[in-house]
Parts: sequence; C-alpha cells; structure tokens
Amino acid sequence: MRTVLSYLKQYRRESILAPAFKMLEVLFDLLVPLVVAQMIDVGVASGDRVYILQRVLLLIGFAFLGMACSFTAQYFAAKASVGTAASLRQAVYSHIQSLSYGELDRLGTGTLITRLTDDINQIQNGLNLALRLLLRSPLIVFGAMVMAFTVNVSCALIFAAAIPVLAAVVFFIMLVTIPLFKRAQSRLDGITELTRENLTGVRVIRAFCREQEAVREFDEKNRELTRLNVFVGGISALLNPLTYVLVNLATIILIDRAGLQVNLGNMGQGDAVALYNYMAQMIVELIKLASLVISINKAMACAGRVEKILEVRPGLRYPETQGETEKEADEKIGGAKFWRPAVETEKPARSVAEETEKSARDAAVEFSHVSFTYPGAAAPSLSGLDFRVEKGQTLGIIGGTGSGKTSLVNLIGRFYDATEGQVLVNGKDVRNYKKGELPKKIGIVPQKAVLCKGTIRENLRWGNEDASEEELWKAVKTAQAEEVVKGKKGGLDFMVEQNGRNLSGGQKQRLTIARALVKHPEILILDDSSSALDLATDAALRKALREEKGDMTVVIVSQRISSIRGADRILVLEDGRPAGWGTHEELLASCGAYQETYDSQYPGEREKRGFAAEGVTA
Amino acid sequence: MTGGKNSMDGKKNSMETFRKVLRYLGAYRILLVLSVLLAAASVILQLAIPLLFGEAIDAMIAAGKVDFETIRFYLGRILVMLLACGAASWLMSLVNNRLTYGVVQDIRKKAIRKLQALPLSYLDRHSTGDLVSRMTADATLLSDGLLLGFTQFFSGVIAILVTLAFMISKSLLITAMVLVLTPVSFFIAKWIASRSFQMFLRQSEARGQQTALIEEMIGNQKLVQAFGYEARSLERFAANNQKLQEYSQKAVFYSSLTNPSTRFVNNVIYALVAFAGAFLILAGNLTVGGLSVLLSYANQYMKPFNDISSVVTELQNAMACAARIFEFLEEEEESADPPEILSAAKGEVAVRHVDFSYDPKKPLIQDFCLETEPGMRVAIVGPTGCGKTTFINLLMRFYDVDRGEILVDGKRIDQISRHSLRKNFGMVLQDTWLKHDTVRENIRFGKPEATDEEIRQAAMEAKSWEFIRRLPEGLDTVLNEDSLSQGQKQLLCITRVMLCRPPMLILDEATSSIDTRTEIQIQQAFDRLMEGRTSFIVAHRLSTIRNADRILVMKDGVIVERGTHGELLEENGLYRKLYESMTVQEA
Repeated sequence: MRTVLSYLKQYRRESILAPAFKMLEVLFDLLVPLVVAQMIDVGVASGDRVYILQRVLLLIGFAFLGMACSFTAQYFAAKASVGTAASLRQAVYSHIQSLSYGELDRLGTGTLITRLTDDINQIQNGLNLALRLLLRSPLIVFGAMVMAFTVNVSCALIFAAAIPVLAAVVFFIMLVTIPLFKRAQSRLDGITELTRENLTGVRVIRAFCREQEAVREFDEKNRELTRLNVFVGGISALLNPLTYVLVNLATIILIDRAGLQVNLGNMGQGDAVALYNYMAQMIVELIKLASLVISINKAMACAGRVEKILEVRPGLRYPETQGETEKEADEKIGGAKFWRPAVETEKPARSVAEETEKSARDAAVEFSHVSFTYPGAAAPSLSGLDFRVEKGQTLGIIGGTGSGKTSLVNLIGRFYDATEGQVLVNGKDVRNYKKGELPKKIGIVPQKAVLCKGTIRENLRWGNEDASEEELWKAVKTAQAEEVVKGKKGGLDFMVEQNGRNLSGGQKQRLTIARALVKHPEILILDDSSSALDLATDAALRKALREEKGDMTVVIVSQRISSIRGADRILVLEDGRPAGWGTHEELLASCGAYQETYDSQYPGEREKRGFAAEGVTA
Repeated sequence: MTGGKNSMDGKKNSMETFRKVLRYLGAYRILLVLSVLLAAASVILQLAIPLLFGEAIDAMIAAGKVDFETIRFYLGRILVMLLACGAASWLMSLVNNRLTYGVVQDIRKKAIRKLQALPLSYLDRHSTGDLVSRMTADATLLSDGLLLGFTQFFSGVIAILVTLAFMISKSLLITAMVLVLTPVSFFIAKWIASRSFQMFLRQSEARGQQTALIEEMIGNQKLVQAFGYEARSLERFAANNQKLQEYSQKAVFYSSLTNPSTRFVNNVIYALVAFAGAFLILAGNLTVGGLSVLLSYANQYMKPFNDISSVVTELQNAMACAARIFEFLEEEEESADPPEILSAAKGEVAVRHVDFSYDPKKPLIQDFCLETEPGMRVAIVGPTGCGKTTFINLLMRFYDVDRGEILVDGKRIDQISRHSLRKNFGMVLQDTWLKHDTVRENIRFGKPEATDEEIRQAAMEAKSWEFIRRLPEGLDTVLNEDSLSQGQKQLLCITRVMLCRPPMLILDEATSSIDTRTEIQIQQAFDRLMEGRTSFIVAHRLSTIRNADRILVMKDGVIVERGTHGELLEENGLYRKLYESMTVQEA
C-alpha cells in the first residue's frame, strides 16, 4: 500500500481536490430538504408565490452547482487514479527488466503478466472509488449521528446501538462469504482448466475413446461448481434483506421511543420526522460504505501483490551498475532502493592480476571448477566443470535430456551465477562485466524458437538496431532462412504475429538463428536450436556457419551426433557432470557415453569404422 | 462473431439470441413465475412500510397528545410486513440463484458434449483460448448478467408501477409531470454513454495492445535480456502506456459523468414537483402530507429507472456472450457413427487413391496408395509439411478423405464406428498431452480397469518405471504443467499405449523429444510392442525408421519413393539425400 501511495503523491493536488469537490456536492445535496422545508413552511404558509419561485430557482441552482462539483471531482479522481496506475505499471515493467533469470523462474512470467494487467487495473478502480467516495460515506454517517444527538439524546442512543450491530452483521457475512467466493472462483478456474485440457487433448481423448469419461468428469465438476455457487449466493443474498430488516427494526424502536419523548414534551413531531430521515440516510450510506470497503479491500490485496514484485531484488550484481538506463529506472521506481550499486568487493585485486597475466592467451570461454545449483533445488544441476574454448573454435556439447546442457550455456551469458567456481569470457570473470556488456558479446539461439509481433526486419534487429539491409540478408542466408523470407509476402517486411504463430516451427527456428547472427556476436550459442529443422537444412546450416563464422566462437548444444561431430572440442555431459572431452574421433575411441550415443544414432556404423579410429590412436 | 452490418440485423440477432436464452429458461418455468411473484411481494412491502411509518408519526401530535395505541398498531403491522418483506426478498434471491446457475450449468453441459462431437476440422481451425473463453468466461458473464437482470429488472419494473399507483392516488397532475420529464434523464444518460463508448473503445484497444505487448515481452523476458533488448522493450511499453493512460483517463472521466448528470435532472424534477406541489396546495388541491409523500416518491421513482438502465447494458453484454456460446453450440457435429463394429483387427490396412486437403484451394495429399499386410512396419519420412501427420489424421479418421477409401481388414473405415476403429490403434504423438491427474490415471487412460501390477509391467517395458518410482508419490503423484521433463512425459505417453496393447500402432514423431540413448531403450520396447502389429511410424530421425519393412518418402503430399532402407539408398533419390546429410562425415 505504501508504494502505491508514493506513486499517488505526484497527484497530490488532484487527490486532495477530488474528495473536496465531492464533499461540496454532498453539501448541496443536503441543503435541498432544508430549502423545500422553507418553501412549505414560509412560502406556502404565507401564500407568497414569488418566494416559492425563488426557492425553486435556488433548488435548481444547487442542483447545477452539485453537478459542476461532481464533474470536477470525477475529473481529478480520474486523473489521479489513472495516472498513478500508469506510473505504477511503468515502474513494475521496468523493474522486471532488471530481474535476472533466477527471479524470473521463481516468480513465473504468468504471475508477472497478471500483476501488470489485472492487478494494476484493480488498483486503478479501487483508487478511483476511494478518491471519490471513501470520505463521503463516513462523513454522512457521522453527520447524521451528530444531528440525531442534537435532536434528542435518548433517541440518538438507538443509532449508537444500531450501527455496531449492523456493522457486525455485514462484517460477519463478508467474513463467511469471501473465502467461499474464493473457493468458487478456484472451482471455476478448475472448469476452465478442464475445458482447455479437453481441447488440447482432443486427439488423445478420441484416440483412446474417452469422450464419455471426459463428459462425465466435466459434468461432475460443473455440478459441484453450481452447488457451491448456489450455496454461496444464498448466504451472500442474506446481506440485503438482513440489513433491511435490522434497520427497520431499529426504526421501529426509534419511533416507539420517539412517541414517548414527544408525549413527554421533550421534542416535537417534526423532530421525529427528522430523526426518521437521518436514520434512513445513514443506513443508505452505511450499505454503500460496505460495498466500497469490499472493492477497496480487493484493490489493497492487489497492491500488496504488486508491491511484492517491486520488492524482489535482482539476484545478480554488477560492478558500477549506475548506468544510464538503471538510473532512470531507479528514479521511476520511486526512490525505492533496489539496486545498491554492488561494488565487487570479493577479489578485485586478484582478478585484475589475472586479467593482465592472461590477456595474451585469453580463452573465449573458460569454466574453472564450476558447479551450479538452481535456487531451491536440492542437488546441483552442474558440477565439476573445467574446460576452455579458444577464440574462433567450435565447442559441441552433447548429452541426454536433463543432462544440464542448457544450464551450462546459461552460465556463459551469466543469466545465472555459478554456485561455485568461475566462468570466464575473454579471460574475464563474467561477474566483472558491467550490466549489459556481456549480452552484447553473445548471440544466443534458444531452444524454444520465439519471435515477436512486428516485421521480420524488426525481429532480426532485436540485438542490433542499426543492422543494414545487407547485414540482415547475409544473416538470413547463413541461417538458411532466405527461402523462408523470400516466400513471405513483403519479404523482410512480412508481419510476424504475436509469438510468431503465423510461422512454422522450422521457419521460426531459422529466423531466430538469423536474429542471433545479426548481432555479430563474439560467441554464438546454438542451444539445441536445429531440432525443428530437417536433416538436410541442419547440415546446410552448419556448413554455412563454418564458412561465414570468421573468428566467432561457436557453442553448439545438441542431442544429435551429426550436429556436433565437426566441432573442435566436444563436451559430453551426463547428469550435469563431464563424461568426456575431446574431438569426435577421440571420444569415439575412449568415451563410453559418447560411443553409446553414437551407436544409437548410427547403428552398426562403429564396427565398420572402429578399426580406423583405433588405428589413429594407436 | 458476425460483424453486424446494420443495427436492424444486430437487433434481429439479439432478439433471436434472447429467444434462445428464454428457451433455456423454459425448463425453469415454475422458478421464473415464483421469482416474479416474490419480487412483486417484496417491492410492494418495501414501498408500503414508509407509508405506515408516516401514519405512526402522524399519531404523535404534541406533548401529551400521543396516541400510543395507534403507534403500536402501526409498528406491529410494520414488524410483520418487515419480516415478510425480508423473507420474500431472500427467497427471491435463492430462486434467482438456482435459476441462473442452473441455466449456466445446462449450457456448459451442452458445450462439453458438443466439444466431444465436433469434427476436428472445427477444433483445429479455432484457437483453444477462444473456445475456452466461450465455454467458461462467456457462460459466467451470461449467468451474472441474467442474475442481475432478474433481480433488478423485475423489482425495478414492479417498483415503478407501484410507485406510480401511489403517486396517482395523491396527485394525477404531478404524476403526469414526472412521467413526462423522466425520459430527459434517459436521453442524457444515453448521450453520455454513446460519447464515452468511443473512449472505451479506444481504451480497450490500447489495453488490448498493451496486454499483447506485456504477454510477449514479459513472457519472453529471458530472451529480452539475452538480446539486451530491455531498453527498447521499455521504450515500446512506455509509449503504449502513455497512450493507454490518456485514453483511460478520458474513458473513466466521461463515463463517470452519467451519474451526476442524471442526478442533476432528477434534482430539477424534484424542484419542479415541489414547485407544482406548492401551487396545488395553495389552490387547495393537495395537502402538505401529500406533497411530502410525492417528493419522497419522486426521488424513489428515479432509482429503479437507473437500475433498469444499468441492467439493460448488463443484459446486452450477457446477450453478446450468449450469442457467442450459441454459435458454438449450433456448430455442425461429426457425421453420424455407423453401427457396424470392427472387433480386434488383424491389421490389414489398404489405402486407395486417397486425396485430401484442409483447404480446397490448396491440395495436400494426392493419390495416396498403400497396402499393408498384418504385422507390417511402415515408416513415413519427408520434409516438414509434406503431409505425414495428415495421413495419420486420415487413418484415425480425425478427418474424412476427400476422395478414395481407406480399409482396415477389408472394411471401409467410414462404415464402421469411430470408437471401434480407434480402439484398434495405439497412438503416440509428438505433442505429449497428459491430464492434470495422477500418474496412475494417466497411464490407464485407455484402460481404466488396469491394476497397479499391469501398470507397473507396462511402465517397466516402456522404461518409465525408473523415474515413476522416484517421483515423490510414485503412481499417486499428481502431474502439473512442469513437473516432468518433455522426455519423461513422452515416456508416460508410451506407457499409456503399452498398457492397451492395440493391434495397430501409430507413432507420430513419438521419440523426437527423447535423447537417442533413451530412445534406443524405448525402441526395444517399441519393437516388442510392434511385434506382430501393423505399425505406422512418422519420424525425422532415420535411426528410428531404418528397420521398417517399408519406407514411404513423401514430398508435397505425394509419395515420391517407397521401399526398404537398403532399396531406397540404392535408388539415389530424396531418401538418400536425407540420409547422407545426417551420416556423411563433414569435418
């Protein structure tokens, strides 16, 4: 809540003026009965038609002023609430940009999206309501109560007793129903999930002839949901009749006592009417207040969730983080201090020494005693990694599913920090690179080929905004995507839809490779990125890469021997541990895991060639 | 949704939809009548109670002149009416709840049945998200709209009628005046609504764009960071966010003008009633008490009008949702199932001159012919989009052929029941679909009566037992979106088929997400499973298919080569090219 308020601060003027004008409007509303009373008591009593006309014009004038005040209040409230929501959204968005993979994994992108959209919209609505109405209702209730006491203390005590009882009833019903509503919502989510499952699995369901069972399961959940809804609805439907009955019970007692008071001469008949009216007015506002409290409560819950996101600190620290973009972002986040400029205090001196010593023979990538455990995981995903890749070389990484290939690659780009040991790029510990410096050197083609909405050209320029037409086409050709681009209407101007859904898997994959090449990276990482390509294209791609790569260091991750057999060095991974290191021939001769993989892909081939390999080593 | 060309059409459509909704409501006729009666009772009581309070106050004239007996009499009556009123309005809510939730339940029930009966061509063409939102979100909105509609519409109408009756009893003239002036507030409300609608349209457009941007950028945040795209991403978001802020502010502001404006009109009417009343009193045609009743009713009279107008928009919304649901519910179903049954097949499949295309303009499969003997192993290879998976769709009769025929054991597959055909096939797809349920339920998906021992046996054969055993709760582990790796999921899918032991097998890229070493092990399981069974294997890994009895090489929907691995290598064609690209030493 505090954070939200800190964003509201920039609309201080608006957030004071909105409720102020709202209260003015209330004032004009409250004056109306008084004027009517005058009209009747004075005008009608004396038959003064001019006076009556004056009062009527006064009423219309009040109505007009009331409207004007209300418009003004709405304007300020809209401005403050929408503005606050917008800057909050901007702040959360830019905060997410600063998070590292570890936090993204933990929070989940789905959650982040909900926070940015639904939750902030709720906050906006809640804020708008609060600015307009939060002061109004309590004011009227309080005012009515005060007025009642000035009329007759004995009768006013009934008010004092009725309010807590009413509040207790409203509170109790809300207390009972809110968790029930939540449960109903989660049942509804269950139905949604089940529907989705039925749709995505329609082939399997039909292939296994399970249509009837699917319907039965759905019917059951559907019935459960309805039963719960009817039950919850029944309880929450109690709220209105119950408060209505209670209020009128209080009024009955009030009138009864008022009769006594009038009889004793403590007050007049008109006072009884006034008390009755105050009671009615107060009740209306109390009920409004209750529903207002519900919406504001919801908005506060959303605010709490959004705040939690803003409180997450990026897990990676960079030397001299105070770059331009961070500064801006920091300011936008409203002075909350998320990035303490993290000066590497651990071993600056040593790494400087290391750098100078090594500068002559820097490896492009070096892993030194590296292990890595995902946050919260029990066992390490990678351990005992020690290898180096010289500049311009090609490294192949092969291993089964879940052997840690992608985790390893993620350490090179420092998307995570190694738990133990050191990862060096160009001889420099990745932790000593400034923020944004390392990604510039590395072009990555992720396993899942994703393109975003925009033209092909815009997509290709993701990592290199100034790439020329020529550079783009060259990358496209190398990535074997020329025929893809030329086959699309408009070529490079072809509009890719959201998540690239108007392209096939293979087309997307080729374009993602081109996208990485456009960056002219020093290190190109292909993370199992030819899996959607047919074998011929895959081979052509590797050939083109070899010819075009120049002094680029290439890391190829794959399950296919054919993809990595041409690499200068191959690392065989098994359960996150190195199981072999060497060239294709060396591994074929000495590494058991590699041999098995080879046999699985080239059955019978090794016997034919085995002698030759042995001949070389012997 | 059809883009209503003119408002006449739109009106006709929404009337049509409304009639359909009424048909669903028809089943709840009694509840409907009950709801109206209860609404009438509670509204009449609610309006009468203030009158009685007035009478009670009238009985306290001055000190010492209070008629306690009359007061008690009225208060006693109020108490009875009050309890009756509370009970009536609660009962009405209960009835309305049952009514609307019942209708939605019925609609969902129909929808899930529809889903199972629709041809796959429909489901493939429509996005999952859209269909899901029709069956769930739209249905919920419909129920909410109906619920609000019923509770407020009936009570609103009745309240207006009763109030009018009370008012007429006091002064016909003033009642007439109020009746004439009331529409003014409607016009104003409508005028503002049409203005703010434009703003809302722009707001929702900007919001839609923003949501899309957020989904894409935040959904791919890792990629954004890997490419150093953060600054651009921020920039794009900021531009969009600013636009949204501008439109939202206008939309929120303009729409919030409705209430103050109608309140203004109401206040003016109030003043005019007071004015006319005062003159009527002077003329001796009205009493002071009468005027105060008229004034309070003039206020109350507006409230149901406002309620009804908000109900109308709510109902319009609900009708739009209903239209989307009905559109789905009225979609044409799959052709009727022939009664003839194919019991355990030998596995003799014949495909004769089959043509097929998803889009009549783009022919896909052309003149596909294939004869298999029982137990034969057929592999289909070829570049992406050549029609491999389409053939599987035809074989399982997910789609019907355009021309030609497919026979299993000499029976045309469109002349036997789909279930009996599909029961003869075991299918493993690349897309590893599993239910959100326990491992056990997932494995025995095709054979619900299987015992744990059978499951264990099948899992051992499919090499999935090792990891199942290590799961936190073994077979009882409930599967989530990411509780298993892709490879493990595929192993479960294979186990699922392993348990059924169908006479024929279809493997569509079944092992592409599993590493080759594991694949070799599964392959052995498959080999055992395929023993004596006709199998169709679609793959791009040649290691998977080299043992096939017959390999079909497809390109652009046509079989270009067929033969065994050895024969095809000799042929020196597309197959050899595919094979060499994988095996030829490149270093």
